[in-house]
Amino acid sequence: MTDTPTAASDDDILRTNDGVPLKVTLRRVTRRQKLIALALVMPLFAFIMVTFVGPIGMMLFRAVDNPVLQEQIPRTVALLNETWDGESVPDEAVFAVLAEEMIQQYKVREIAKVGTRLNYEQGGLRSLITQTARNVARRGEPPWKETFIAIDERWGEPQTWGIIQQASPRYTLSFFLAALDLRYDWQGNIIEQPEREQIYVMMFGRTLWISGLVTALCLLLGFPVAHLLATLPMRQSNILMILVLLPFWTSLLVRTTSWIVLLQTEGVINDVLVWIGLIGDENRVQMIYNQFGTIIAMTHILLPFMVLPIYSVMRTISPSHMRAARSLGATPFRAFREVYVPQTLPGVGAGSILVFILSIGYYITPALVGGRTGQLISNFIAYHMQKSLNWGLAAALGSLLLIGVLILYWLYNRLIGVDKMKFG
Amino acid sequence: MSTLPPYASPLERVWFYAFRVICGLILFFLIMPLLVIVPLSFNAEPYFTFTQGMLNLNPEAYSLRWYRDIIENEQWLHSIKNSFIVAISATILATSLGTLAALGLSRAHMPARTLFMSLLISPMIVPLIITAAGMYFFYSDIGLAQTLPGIILAHTALGTPFVVITVTATLSGFDTNLIRASSSLGATPTFTFFNVTMPLILPGMISGGLFAFITSFDEVVVVLFLAGFEERTIPRQMWAGIREQISPTILAVATLLICVSVLLLVTLELLRRRGERLRGVTPG
Repeated sequence: MTDTPTAASDDDILRTNDGVPLKVTLRRVTRRQKLIALALVMPLFAFIMVTFVGPIGMMLFRAVDNPVLQEQIPRTVALLNETWDGESVPDEAVFAVLAEEMIQQYKVREIAKVGTRLNYEQGGLRSLITQTARNVARRGEPPWKETFIAIDERWGEPQTWGIIQQASPRYTLSFFLAALDLRYDWQGNIIEQPEREQIYVMMFGRTLWISGLVTALCLLLGFPVAHLLATLPMRQSNILMILVLLPFWTSLLVRTTSWIVLLQTEGVINDVLVWIGLIGDENRVQMIYNQFGTIIAMTHILLPFMVLPIYSVMRTISPSHMRAARSLGATPFRAFREVYVPQTLPGVGAGSILVFILSIGYYITPALVGGRTGQLISNFIAYHMQKSLNWGLAAALGSLLLIGVLILYWLYNRLIGVDKMKFG
Repeated sequence: MSTLPPYASPLERVWFYAFRVICGLILFFLIMPLLVIVPLSFNAEPYFTFTQGMLNLNPEAYSLRWYRDIIENEQWLHSIKNSFIVAISATILATSLGTLAALGLSRAHMPARTLFMSLLISPMIVPLIITAAGMYFFYSDIGLAQTLPGIILAHTALGTPFVVITVTATLSGFDTNLIRASSSLGATPTFTFFNVTMPLILPGMISGGLFAFITSFDEVVVVLFLAGFEERTIPRQMWAGIREQISPTILAVATLLICVSVLLLVTLELLRRRGERLRGVTPG
């Protein structure tokens, strides 16, 4: 190869052997490298998008999705929106269309869906719909307005029609409102739920409070242990580390079970307390199936997530910093507070955010040991998913929870970086 | 702080020992629940507390009846089998997908690395109840709910973040010149991967795989939503046991699970030591 690249052209551009400018070749190679990197990531990316991100997105979409009335009684809804003045009782035409659609849906046994949907807006409407549909389908005849009002007086009240109209749009915010203890009244204003049905704001508050408390407890317990492990010689600290890692690796259910065994009224701790005479046999302490049990068990389960990040940061702090502070006249406490603690903050931040993120989404432990007062927001999501089948509300509660978690995750990313996460 | 300096004041001496006692108590808090379970699982009586006979170390107060219960119980055996099928398949899938992705993410030219990374890690962060609810609808729609493949795929998604994180961490100390050397000697990329890269990142892959395994083996929320009676896994069976008919059999299962975690912990520790030896770092 004697011919030089410059021979191919007269300008000053650097070229490769085949005469292509170096810049272009470089760009081509870089693009190829990028594509290779992307191609390696793509299988997992596609997998996560299809089996994880997509399904969650579709689930959360149910929080605003509201197809029931549009599908079951479309013409009633349309006519109501067109002709009703929003104040009086609708005229015969609306009743007639509703009667027709009710009979139709009653025959295919779908009318209960309408009742269930309306019941989310106001209690008692399920039975109104199903009873009316049954009566209308069996022996109803025009004039429909009189027939309906004869079956149930509520058909003669504009409130009932207002609620139907409020529940009819294809997309709705009413599940989100319900998740915040609010609702639409029959005229479309946003009002508070009746006092005794206001639970979710309190539940979010409780979830945040318990998560904060668990995080604080983990920090309080985790910091000294991490400090001890980081300052002991490797050989000793490795042995003590087993005491942190073994619970970390042990099944969540095993650890929850052991707290049940320890804390229940006939359990080990109560037995010990009775045995040493601290409490009488007849007034054993209720330590589980309440908030106390949830907090203790969650602190125990999440403590390793606090110890490990703090430990790995503390390992990197040179002991000479403390000695220097001491030799300059600082008291041990001052040296600790002003020299040591600031250097541990990255670990403290990482551990705290991680523990907080994990605890606000906690489900298993509260469900098993929480009793009535130790339930968290996740337990209510599960309840609406599996028992009440109000998926819209479950999705709305889930969206709010997820937004909270994602904000914390973003914060974690900004402060520490996901790739810095370490285990074991 | 590891030893008390000779010039320490009396107050420092008191604090030095007090600190150790406090840490000892915290470590006791961490390990005690596990230690209590083990002897109680040998209780001859159907109680969750130490009987007088157990405290006197009377051999008749101990028995293996709860372990026999597991072996004789069709449901437990079935769930053990399911758990292993699910966890092993999910681990293999998660390790392969996760390692590939980690190789891509560690390349110098990877575009939008942080974005991809945060997305791929998200299954670890999103509350399980939300994941489970989403997957419930998805797998029902495609007909994989109440089947083992459905649970395997769900657990694969949950396990991949651990593989991605550990393998990426291993690759950060990886000398890319080795790959250049290998290809300059005429090796194909595939040959290079299996003969140069893989042996070096294997410890990371294995520990990531172990995390994926334990994640699946221990997972119950997604299983609660996705599994029918036939697909019950060990945690699902334990969940039912704790909620419905709590019997000391649970404690026997728990003890066996503690043995599994000890085994995993030992494996990881051996891997870590090997890694340190290879990198020339000796534990001080």
